[in-house]
Amino acid sequence: MTVREQKPRIIPLKLISAGAPVLGGLLGLLIGAFLIWVSGANPFEAYLVMFKGAFGGQRQITETLLKTCPILLIGLGMTVAFRARVWNIGGEGQYFMGALMGGLVALYLSGLPQPILWICLLLGGVLGGMLWALIPAFFKIRFGMSEIISTLMLNYIATLFVIYLTRGPLQEPGGVLPTSAQFNPVTQLPTLFGTRVHLGVLLAFVLVPLVYVLLWKTPLGFRLRAVGSRASVAQYAGINVNRAILTAMVISGGLAGMAGIIEVLMTHTRLKGSISGGYGFSAILVALLGRMNPIGVAIASVFFAALIIGAETMHVLYGLPPQLADAIQAVIILSVLAVDAWSRMRSEK
Amino acid sequence: MNWALVFQWGFLVALLTAGIRLAVPVILATLGEIITEQAGVLNLGLEGIMAVGGLAGFSAAYLLENGLLTGTNSELPAWLGLIAGMLAGALMGALMAFLSVTLRAEQVISGITLVLLGVGLSDYLYGKGLSSMTIRVTGMQVHPIPILSRIPLIGDILFNHTPPVYLTFFLVAFVWWLLFKTTWGLKFRSVGENPSAADTSGISVEATRYAAVILGAALVGLGGAVLTVVQLKLYREGIMAGRGWIAVALVIFARWKPNRALIGALLFGVAYSLQYRIQALDQVNRGVETIPYEFLLMLPYILTIVALLRRVSRSDKPAELGLPYIKGSR
Repeated sequence: MTVREQKPRIIPLKLISAGAPVLGGLLGLLIGAFLIWVSGANPFEAYLVMFKGAFGGQRQITETLLKTCPILLIGLGMTVAFRARVWNIGGEGQYFMGALMGGLVALYLSGLPQPILWICLLLGGVLGGMLWALIPAFFKIRFGMSEIISTLMLNYIATLFVIYLTRGPLQEPGGVLPTSAQFNPVTQLPTLFGTRVHLGVLLAFVLVPLVYVLLWKTPLGFRLRAVGSRASVAQYAGINVNRAILTAMVISGGLAGMAGIIEVLMTHTRLKGSISGGYGFSAILVALLGRMNPIGVAIASVFFAALIIGAETMHVLYGLPPQLADAIQAVIILSVLAVDAWSRMRSEK
Repeated sequence: MNWALVFQWGFLVALLTAGIRLAVPVILATLGEIITEQAGVLNLGLEGIMAVGGLAGFSAAYLLENGLLTGTNSELPAWLGLIAGMLAGALMGALMAFLSVTLRAEQVISGITLVLLGVGLSDYLYGKGLSSMTIRVTGMQVHPIPILSRIPLIGDILFNHTPPVYLTFFLVAFVWWLLFKTTWGLKFRSVGENPSAADTSGISVEATRYAAVILGAALVGLGGAVLTVVQLKLYREGIMAGRGWIAVALVIFARWKPNRALIGALLFGVAYSLQYRIQALDQVNRGVETIPYEFLLMLPYILTIVALLRRVSRSDKPAELGLPYIKGSR
């Protein structure tokens, strides 16, 4: 192979790598504008309404932050998993199982004194998600089964299981709807500054630097990233690849489970089949858009939460389908992916 | 519930007949993915491609039935719907090919993105355009095959179906022949197995992979359209319910061979039809639930995991699966 001549780079690589998500995001919003226009609304007006709906005042910002919480928590977990090239797309199922385990604590142990109760609730959620994530980790290590497929199948199974429980054994005594009994108000997590912003939101944002430290400043993080960049090389370097896969899976499952219990406690106050608005999938996109970097993931989470809240506003005011947010999110990710790959190809040449 | 009912011939025939019918969308998607993966591209976007094919097929059939072709009282709208589904699938395939072949983007990420894009876009467009009421299409009639359909038991199970079922039987054989008995197939497989050797012998790796991904995605789109146009006769949010992912799993289960895919998919068809059969029996028993319906619905997903409980041997898998080809890189 001949030595390739290095072309002088006008834009530094670092800037391109930060620029791709922004450029892709703009391209995505442009295609989103087309989608809105197809629906018969004025895109400029629509985006303005969406922006106001998400950031227009204290109430709107609160709503956006509340929506950010589950997406960010699951997204941080996905970041850890994806960094190790463990394609856990089972965030949705792990979220449900976390909600279930934590929900059981809320239903049956609400007699505990509050600070201990809160800890038990969160631990219940984390444990539920972790246990559910253990299944695909085991299958991957033992049989080499693709975790993409197994985690996805487990999403359906977890959702159906929770639906069954809330219609069967866990149904509210004497109730007609397929929901569990309402949780005791003592299970409510403390809120901050007299707003509806709660401990869970704070926890999600505190975890951002913690996940960063975990991935880049600890030996465990180094091992996870080493396995992610080249599993065979990591193996030669004496890293236990299977253990890394297991760890990545369990951490991401635990965070998804925590998101599940927090959301159920603070938004729904009972278990039922419709406790997720597809957060597990938004979280995958957020992890990718944030380039598997916790800070980027935090920004992307707020952005996507704002899109969801904005789309809800559009639904109420203009009757646009609420799936608009999903569609725009996917278009944005697609654009980012394309711009990203394109810029990488250019820089390789 | 009276379990003796389950083991009567009538129940078994109905179970297997419906099983074959319900397997068809999954078989078509699996065939499409086999072609794609044999050429070395891992397209995980099936769930999204099926959704897009399903919506395109359904809306085309619906609009034609209630527009241009009103009152023709034929199956023409349904057929044109299936073609629309194929074309929509091919379009999604072109997008995947552009991402993975031209831009050399990470194929796992591209595939997952394609799923979210396809499902998100279809559900959004459906929500915008059609969902104001529950609308249905006419679909297709059952066309028993003369003579063969009169064979006891087997006749009912195999030869008493709508045209897409027969078409699917034919396509399984055709794709096998295409991949393993023709020069085209040899090209497809060589760019999946050893692209640099293929390149040296004058095969365009890029063009061949484009062809494989687009052709494969067209079959996947057809699978989605068969589900919405012929089987359920409607579209709704999340209608594919994991069928695309099940097809991805079946390709591994089938060790990248069309004939084995047929067997695997039939197993899933029976799992789907078991849901309906047992629920039907429960209704006969005045609504006493034998097995909670959620567990019946779980069956295909559990089956998928069980089907993969075996290590994949390296010789079955296309050697360069999922890896982009950079000319002159090795």
